Amino acid sequence: MAIVGTSTRRPDYLDKVTGKGAYVGDLEIPGMAHAKVLSSPLPHARILRIDASKARALPGVFGVLTAHELGDMDPYYGSDIKDRPIIAIDKVRYEGEPVAAVAAVDLETAEAALDLIDVEYEELPVIATMNDALTDGAATVHQSNLCHESHYEWGNTEEGFAEADRIFEDTFTFPMVYHYSLEPHTVIARYDELGITVWDSAQHPFLVRNELARLFGLSLNRVQVVVPYVGGGFGSKSYIKIEPLAVALSREAKRPVKLAYSVEQSAKTVRRHAASITLKTGVRNDGSFVARDCQIRLDTGAYADNGNRVTDRCADQVPGPYLWPHLTVTSKGLYTNTGAAGSFRAIGGPQAAWASESQVDMIADALGIDPLELRLKNLGAPGDVIRQGKNPLDADIATGLKEAAKGVGWAGRGAKPVTQEKETKRGIGLACSVLNAGASPTSTALVRLHADGSATAMVSTVEVGQGSKGVMAQIAAEELCIPLEKVGVVASDTAIVPYDRSTGASRSTTLVGLAVQLGAKEIKQQLLDLASKHFEAPEDKLAFADSSVVFGQESITYAQLIRQMFGGPAGELMGRGYVTPQTEGPLKGLPVFWEMAVVGAEVEVNEKTGAIRVLRLVSVSDIGKAINPKQAEGQDEGAAMQGIGHTLFEELIYEDGQLLNPNLVDYRVPSFEEVPDGFETILIENEDGPGPFGAKGIGEGPIAAVAPAIANAVFQATGVRIKELPLTPERVWRALQAGTSGGHKVDALTEG
Amino acid sequence: MSEDHRLQISFVVNGRPVDTEIEPHLLLLDLLRDKLALKGAKRSCDMQVCGACTVLVDGNPVSSCTYLAFEARGTDVTTIEGLADGEKLHPLMEAFIDNAGLQCGFCTPGMILAAKSLLDLNPRPSVEEVKEYMRGNLCRCTGYKKILESIEDAAQRMQG
Ligand code: FES
Ligand code: FES
Repeated sequence: MAIVGTSTRRPDYLDKVTGKGAYVGDLEIPGMAHAKVLSSPLPHARILRIDASKARALPGVFGVLTAHELGDMDPYYGSDIKDRPIIAIDKVRYEGEPVAAVAAVDLETAEAALDLIDVEYEELPVIATMNDALTDGAATVHQSNLCHESHYEWGNTEEGFAEADRIFEDTFTFPMVYHYSLEPHTVIARYDELGITVWDSAQHPFLVRNELARLFGLSLNRVQVVVPYVGGGFGSKSYIKIEPLAVALSREAKRPVKLAYSVEQSAKTVRRHAASITLKTGVRNDGSFVARDCQIRLDTGAYADNGNRVTDRCADQVPGPYLWPHLTVTSKGLYTNTGAAGSFRAIGGPQAAWASESQVDMIADALGIDPLELRLKNLGAPGDVIRQGKNPLDADIATGLKEAAKGVGWAGRGAKPVTQEKETKRGIGLACSVLNAGASPTSTALVRLHADGSATAMVSTVEVGQGSKGVMAQIAAEELCIPLEKVGVVASDTAIVPYDRSTGASRSTTLVGLAVQLGAKEIKQQLLDLASKHFEAPEDKLAFADSSVVFGQESITYAQLIRQMFGGPAGELMGRGYVTPQTEGPLKGLPVFWEMAVVGAEVEVNEKTGAIRVLRLVSVSDIGKAINPKQAEGQDEGAAMQGIGHTLFEELIYEDGQLLNPNLVDYRVPSFEEVPDGFETILIENEDGPGPFGAKGIGEGPIAAVAPAIANAVFQATGVRIKELPLTPERVWRALQAGTSGGHKVDALTEG
Repeated sequence: MSEDHRLQISFVVNGRPVDTEIEPHLLLLDLLRDKLALKGAKRSCDMQVCGACTVLVDGNPVSSCTYLAFEARGTDVTTIEGLADGEKLHPLMEAFIDNAGLQCGFCTPGMILAAKSLLDLNPRPSVEEVKEYMRGNLCRCTGYKKILESIEDAAQRMQG
């Protein structure tokens, strides 16, 4: 393999470093109007009256959209649970919810028109927190405050607790986190008699297409979703967000409309679920895990978005990669009057691992067992069924964990690194988890071999920064035995490229890559047929090399074969790749693969200020085969850094339904200053994944394991255990005060 | 806005003189993107935190999202579109490509311009100096490691 496995130059890089690469906000569509949205100032209120007549009369205004204009359609949408109106109808459920939208000749005019819209509200009681949502007789955000619930169990957890020597019960909380992709949500929508076209910053163009077709009553072929370069997603642009609003406004204004959100609007549109997770875990004195009961509550905000899947996946992930004889898991997604929560890199994973891996360390400490040994003792091995009804584990977590331990200098439970400075203490922590990755195996690709021997791969994977365009080209070139420069990739335009479910869940290289490989193989079969006739030789005597089919000493180029077939320098061969749940091989059952999340961290805690510095961070992923190693590392580095953010300081703060920090000054994300001195990514390559050339997806794992690894390191450094994130200096300082003044660790363990 | 409130300004953008009439409150970012069709500088935080809108004014990085176009009168402005020498990429661009110093690319124009001003001031910065100088440019994709490596590589290339 000369092309696959090499850090080749990505085709999108040249566009991007020169500033030529176009994102939706850079596009101009002829006749395009500019849109602004009037947002609700209240988190929960009935809309008594909207008067937009003055706004409509303002010169330069092309159209105003309110609920009134949606009378001819069913205006509710969502990825599964269709609970979100295109624009607020009768009531608002979060501060920032669109109540009216204006399309005008320019942004200034649109802004001026917003000031002329008069809305009268009647305030309703605010469901500010999950506790509010669960209070008996509380007001409800929708019909009820329960959005989704999932439950599974095996063994008999109560009997398991009776068998256990010790029982630990702890509650861990995880904050609301904002994706902050640098490019906020942006869409240009055109609705006319031919149908709908949207130029969209979206991760799942086909799901956007399908939902727009359903909402506006069009057949699928009349809705086109075009996705140019996307300025970061991390889940924030998954499923469907502001597209229906922009299309409805275009319908009203009778011209294309550009709707570009601000950071504040994006932060209120989607975020990560806050969580509260209570784990009751029974173990034997020798450290064997016996039983666990997991109670998860997730705050999905005002609308479900993807909250049902997050609720399920958090439940899937909370037991960790361990073998549990007895297990009970209940997970509830709850509505509150805050901005909606949806997918965010490794959905449900960071919350689950934060609770599980913190508690595993606490158990190790209480039992006097090395935390690494305790994990190794209970881990599932490849081939083990770690979740009943799901595919067996295909990742070697134990090897990964040992690599991380080595990389971060783990020398055992008592072997703390020391620091020279008096007020700082150092510690090392480990954490491991496992994510059920890949979403579902539903992807297609079309590969075209042109008359000159060059090729085009057509896929719907969105180039969101992960490098999919380059990877698909590498896969096609390798399989077709042609030079990389001879392959172009056309992506993410639903009117041109064939179907793909989504860009997310670490699935593109594995599933879309497999579709490209299958498409290339179908072309090779056609080339064999042609060459077999040409050489009058059986297919099994033929081979592929350098854009040619070889028979003994003779060879014929692909270009010559195509020309022979079409009788001149014309025509092309087409290969189809279908990846479905029926595809031969390991794709039967779910997950498509288990993605390991393994992190080791060394920290320094300043006992005077509570400030934590991450000195070293090592993450390990099992990638099967790295198609482009450098960009694979970059994926994990990015995930790890986002993990550092939500561990140390990131948190959207809502008070009575009002978002207090809706901007980048008050909501800080990691900068160059947070880069650990030692920052390493280890990739395990056993060429055993279900994807092309044995690849499997990565890029989500580290974000799930960073927080518990750091908290475990803080515990080793200081003896203080903190169960809430983020680990801000103030929180750490308070815990240190409480922990040292009484001579006890901050949270006593409950023993059975 | 009535005509008499418009201001005449002249400045140089990417080596070419520009004479234009602007409204007094027009931001440099909007002038570049909307009137001069230079879309390389991006709008993200819109409050001088992220650096996606960074351009160079007389060689110094500024956040064009909060910089009045009027303040640029008489200056020499460089945007990402003006950094390559024809077909020949700037060494920073080459280094970002070779070291995978970008992913989605939204931060990249600002990142490269800020790094250029750093290397113009300090041709061999230490890692600590790079981190300190560049902290006004955010990247949410890369985790910064490969950007640091790109800048270090560019510094070497520029030394020749
Ligand atoms: S957009 Fe100007 S600094 Fe962020
Ligand atoms: S490459 Fe995406 S923000 Fe930097």
